[in-house]
Amino acid sequence: MEILNALALFANFVFVPATAYGAQLALGALGVTLIFGILRFANFSHGEMMSFGAMASILATWGMQEAGVSIAPFPTALLALPIGVAAAIGMALATDRMVFRFYRKQRSNPIVMAIVSVGVMFVLAGIIRLIIGPDDQSFADGERFIINARDSRAALGLDEGIAIKQTQVITLVVALAVMSALFWFLQKTRSGKAMRAYSDDEDLALLSGISPERVVAICWIIAAALAAIAGTLYGLDKTYKPFIFMQILLPIFAATILGGIGQPVGAILGAFIVAYSEVMVTYAFRKVLAYLGPEGWAPEGLVQLLSTDYKFAVSFIILVAVLLIRPTGIIRGKVI
Amino acid sequence: MNQRVLLLYGLMGLVLLFVGFFQSWNVAFGIFNLCVISAIMALGVNMQWGYAGLFNVGVMGFTALGGLAAVLISMPPVAAAWQVAGGDLALSVLALGGTVVAVVAARRAIPRPLKMPATFLILLIGYFVIGVFFGPATDKIEAIDPALSGYLGGLGLPVLVAWPVGALVAAGAGWFIGRIALGLRADYLAIATLGISEIIIAIIKYEEWLSRGVKNVTGIPRPVPYEVDLVQQDWFIGFANFFGASDLSEAASLFVKLCYALLFVAVLAVVMWFAERALRSPWGRMMRAIRDNREAAAAMGKDVKKRHLQTFVLGCAVCGLAGAMLTTLDGQLTPTSYIPLRYTFLIWVMVILGGSGNNWGAVLGGFVIWFLWVQAEPLGNWFMQAVTAPFPEGSQFADHLVSGAAYTRYLLMGGILLVVMRFAPRGLIPERSTGRAA
Repeated sequence: MEILNALALFANFVFVPATAYGAQLALGALGVTLIFGILRFANFSHGEMMSFGAMASILATWGMQEAGVSIAPFPTALLALPIGVAAAIGMALATDRMVFRFYRKQRSNPIVMAIVSVGVMFVLAGIIRLIIGPDDQSFADGERFIINARDSRAALGLDEGIAIKQTQVITLVVALAVMSALFWFLQKTRSGKAMRAYSDDEDLALLSGISPERVVAICWIIAAALAAIAGTLYGLDKTYKPFIFMQILLPIFAATILGGIGQPVGAILGAFIVAYSEVMVTYAFRKVLAYLGPEGWAPEGLVQLLSTDYKFAVSFIILVAVLLIRPTGIIRGKVI
Repeated sequence: MNQRVLLLYGLMGLVLLFVGFFQSWNVAFGIFNLCVISAIMALGVNMQWGYAGLFNVGVMGFTALGGLAAVLISMPPVAAAWQVAGGDLALSVLALGGTVVAVVAARRAIPRPLKMPATFLILLIGYFVIGVFFGPATDKIEAIDPALSGYLGGLGLPVLVAWPVGALVAAGAGWFIGRIALGLRADYLAIATLGISEIIIAIIKYEEWLSRGVKNVTGIPRPVPYEVDLVQQDWFIGFANFFGASDLSEAASLFVKLCYALLFVAVLAVVMWFAERALRSPWGRMMRAIRDNREAAAAMGKDVKKRHLQTFVLGCAVCGLAGAMLTTLDGQLTPTSYIPLRYTFLIWVMVILGGSGNNWGAVLGGFVIWFLWVQAEPLGNWFMQAVTAPFPEGSQFADHLVSGAAYTRYLLMGGILLVVMRFAPRGLIPERSTGRAA
């Protein structure tokens, strides 16, 4: 019984939230890894692209709430998500046309593209703050919990319940659907195969008659769509904070490099590893150990490896470890 | 130095004089001092990007380390804190040393497949052992008079000592990150520096026993006289009268700014002299060769990774020096003020606008961009007021735009970077072409 309680506690505070967070990171990391694979540079503007897509979704959600459109018990944001995706795709294609294409034509050094992407990041950040302001926005409506703590306690007959928020389930379902669609696209369709060929060997792909501009455009469309979905889900699950998206870059890059650059499967794997380590390292295991230990005993401290203030340090440590031990990532990626 | 350089510097000087005559000399020197510090930071970044093509996204972290050094060197020690927690701190340091020794010993003794897990296990145990001593120590330190101190304090040395120390600390951090990330893909360094800067800021923000965290350290001792003392000195009153100053306190504040300006210009001159010498030396030629064609340079027997590490560490040291100077000028360390836009990105825009690879360009970029940065806020407000003027009083839309005016800086700086990179990638003062280089 005590072991079950410990497990329930662990599931409630670590497993469930980390899974949702991992799914959000995975969607972001997939976009970064695709751009790494096709355009061959570290896209620092990806975080702000997530933020931009989320912002468009929020504005659309507010519009729908005003108009009385609702799909209760689901959050209205799901209905607004396509608008956010469309806005992000438009923005990504516009930045490519106005900024990145020039350097691609010049065959610039990837590091120049990375610097330019930092410029894009700040322009996007400025636009977002001008439109929606720098403050936190909450836009979740609909049912809050699918299973709340009290019901699950009663149903399981335990002291500890497992609460599952609706946003967490939605995150997981949407992420799974999007990822399956992406892998189907990459494996089965002509365009997807063209993309993979281009990523493997650019010159060979050109010789085979693959249009580079088309591949690049598709890459931006997919990356932007993934970013908008990831950003909206992240905002829905927590709250939308414009400032968080500059910090979330680090876990996303860590996940991308851990999985292997240009490797979609690796990105998903890396994202979940980063998410689970981050939540586990910053969780205080005191109560869990108290359940597992002898009756009436509890550890003295919190048994917390790192305070939550340092959760970004976890991604950094993972990043450093990967660079030291296996710079190619789990699934061998592109390393010059 | 050619005519273009003289012309551009002259123009910048004129603009500052203009501010002096039409706004006030205090404002002009306030801007000038920060311009000089920005120029030093830009020189540091130029060593990394301009000489070697290394993209450092963590300038903020290295500047903050310099700022932390200023606190740890110059603030008076808090005796009570050392008394209550000194023993525990010593034990924590011992535990740390023990862990390091154990790891080294274990890595020598244990065969290869078990090496990683054993290292990891020892590190984990060590971490908890250190925590046993360290946790109570920090609690005790933070409990001492939390409103006024609640931290260990510093060494109580003159603040000028902190400048080279800040450079050393930043160089150490740069060496650590460079060892890990250099020699791999170029983007890895960028991502790794992004990470370390976030972590340095987090440490300064949350480790209250070290830096008082978000409670800020104020009243860092100055290397120059205080205004309140000056106005009572006879020689200063005579000095002020000689120049016909009408307001004594204003004259004192101007005098303090002048002292700072002299100090900063001296540092800038020294750094500039070294930077120029380095750039013109065979070492500088080698760095450019590595930057322009890595493979060729490696084929000529140059150790690319080692040279990159060298120049990266030097650049970080200069950023740390500038960070210590900045904290000295401010007289306080406010961890929340460290934001990437101001401390990383702005410096980048300076280097790229000024002319990457050219030290004179980087310095000019520091002056121009800092001036724009200071003046952008009033301009942004004015612009937003003008745009929203046609809207009725109390219109929500207009209020929203006015409240967002501060963020026009993001747009402005991002825009400058993109435009310069696209249309004038060589910047205001381009790098001297290799043919004519001395």
